[in-house]
Amino acid sequence: MRAKFVCLTALLAAALPVAAQTTLTGAGATFPYPMYSKWFNQYHRMHPDVEINYQSIGSGGGIKQVTEGTVDFGASDGPMNDKQIAEFKQKRGCDVLHFPTVLGADVPTYNLPGITADLNFTPSALADIFLGKITKWNDPEIQKANPNVKLPANDLLVVHRSDGSGTTYVWVDFLSKVSPEWKRKVGVGTSVNWPVGLGGKGNEGVSGQIKQTPYSIGYVELVYAIQNQLPYGQVRNQSGLFVKADLASVTAAAAGAAANMPSDFRVSITNPPGKNAYPVSSFTWLLIPSRIQDPAKDKVLKGFLHWMLSDGQKLTGALAYAQLPSQVIAKEETAISKIQ
Amino acid sequence: MGTSAIVHQRAVPPGKVRSFARRLRAGDELAYLITLIAAGAIFIITALVFYELYSESSLARHKFGWGFLFSSTWDPVAGNFGALPFIYGTVVTSVLALLIAVPQGIGSAIFLAEMAPPRLSNISTFLIELLAAVPSVIYGLLGIFILVPILEHDVVPPLKSVFGSLPLFQGAFYGVSLFSAGIVLSVMIIPFIVSVSREVLLSVPRDQREASLALGASQWQTTWRVVVPNASTGITGSVFLALARALGETMAVTMVIGNTPQIKASLLAPGYSIAAVIANEFTEATGDLYLSALIELGLVLFGLTFVLNGLARILIITTSRSGGH
Repeated sequence: MRAKFVCLTALLAAALPVAAQTTLTGAGATFPYPMYSKWFNQYHRMHPDVEINYQSIGSGGGIKQVTEGTVDFGASDGPMNDKQIAEFKQKRGCDVLHFPTVLGADVPTYNLPGITADLNFTPSALADIFLGKITKWNDPEIQKANPNVKLPANDLLVVHRSDGSGTTYVWVDFLSKVSPEWKRKVGVGTSVNWPVGLGGKGNEGVSGQIKQTPYSIGYVELVYAIQNQLPYGQVRNQSGLFVKADLASVTAAAAGAAANMPSDFRVSITNPPGKNAYPVSSFTWLLIPSRIQDPAKDKVLKGFLHWMLSDGQKLTGALAYAQLPSQVIAKEETAISKIQ
Repeated sequence: MGTSAIVHQRAVPPGKVRSFARRLRAGDELAYLITLIAAGAIFIITALVFYELYSESSLARHKFGWGFLFSSTWDPVAGNFGALPFIYGTVVTSVLALLIAVPQGIGSAIFLAEMAPPRLSNISTFLIELLAAVPSVIYGLLGIFILVPILEHDVVPPLKSVFGSLPLFQGAFYGVSLFSAGIVLSVMIIPFIVSVSREVLLSVPRDQREASLALGASQWQTTWRVVVPNASTGITGSVFLALARALGETMAVTMVIGNTPQIKASLLAPGYSIAAVIANEFTEATGDLYLSALIELGLVLFGLTFVLNGLARILIITTSRSGGH
């Protein structure tokens, strides 16, 4: 018995150096979680000595933890603001780099009994609905964008997210770009002081409320709408065309914004130029410190980023995430060298 | 009580104090120490929770002062926070839940303890305790998918036709509301009241009942005048337990309350509770003031629990006194 045990211990000891694992931990946004867990799992299969753990605790938590240095990288649906970056520099003594990974989009979803056609929404109609200025479905602002649909005279019920989320951030970011009144009265954030409407918890809370309440309208994440086959409307973009959100039109939005992309990738791509661009879309980012002390971790992280930008992007479609346009990928490839 | 004190005195003759070691061997000191630590831990945990909430919320406390309790604005973008709509929603839903659950819970506890055949009583008690073990998210889902449509089609229209003139039942009903949250909460807290109250009622000594019956009281008079007053402390305890659960309930409430920070007199209007807003916004809260305000909401809930518990205690003491005379 004892001999066996000694034998086993010796075996284990011999095996340990071979299986020297590099483990990275990250935390943050929930929206890209299915994509990230697929990527990290796939990468682990290709490189058994690398393990990347990701906890989807929310963007706010991701920013906080990477600033405190309790995780190797963070993830967020909204870019860090200047104040947060200053705090990061002060605490970690280096820069924080933003790397866009995939794209997400929000779509307006609604419950209109008897109407099967996809509705068209102008940006100002959406802003006025969520400001509480449009209260009836047959308001001229909605009706004139849908000449072929007979809209009912019923009252609108607005449903929004009650939990703080990147989905809300993208939606209100778009509204405040297209409506000065929204920008002045409400502003942009993961949670805002909604002028009207009910709050539903999560995409499922919003869509559940809408399904149960005739004549209601709200917004959900595109991935969620596609997977649950919710009806959703088209939104007019800067070029004046009504565009239905899909993976191609969301990627087109990022391509439209790529021309004016700052070198740190902290950019909002709502309401971008481009004929086919869907206007309510956004990047989601990985937040990576510019200096990584442990050389093994440094190597793994860079390797993963290169893979994520090339082969990793091919896995996005299966999970209904829109992939990055080639212009953005090229810029990110050069940015990886900033990690020391 | 008196006899046991005498026995104890005889066991230890005066002047001859047992040594610590001997008492330790007998188990007295050890048991005392262990139970003291167990009891002390509760105080320490409560104090630590309070201290953490107090110190972590200092930013919001200094910025808003007492105004935090009386302001109705909750604007994370502008950094302007007030707790009043959340306090209102928490109190209204908890009180509504108690109004429904206390008579129902105590009634069924009396039936199960005093009147039901033992077999039925045991089966029902098992089922009720099963109810207490259902996770709250299940109650929330049942609430939004089953209860809300029932309320919308079968309960609220008749309620409105009868009580529509009262401010409590005015305005449009969207399904999610303070009313729905109160009902879901009442279902969740009934098991606590029933199961504890039944145990307490059963533990009332048999001779009390026999004495009362022998004096010519009916079964119901015995139950209501003798057994229930005897068990009142325990029943009160069960109500406090239920109240605490109702105040702190998060998942089930957020799914049916509508998550709208507003104060409307109507029970049919959507509202918001303290626990729900903390759960909803904490994960994505960026910025120190925002986090601090959410933690201060936790402190407010802590205080609210104390205040409501105290009020309930006063209410019960005064009503039981007037009932006794």
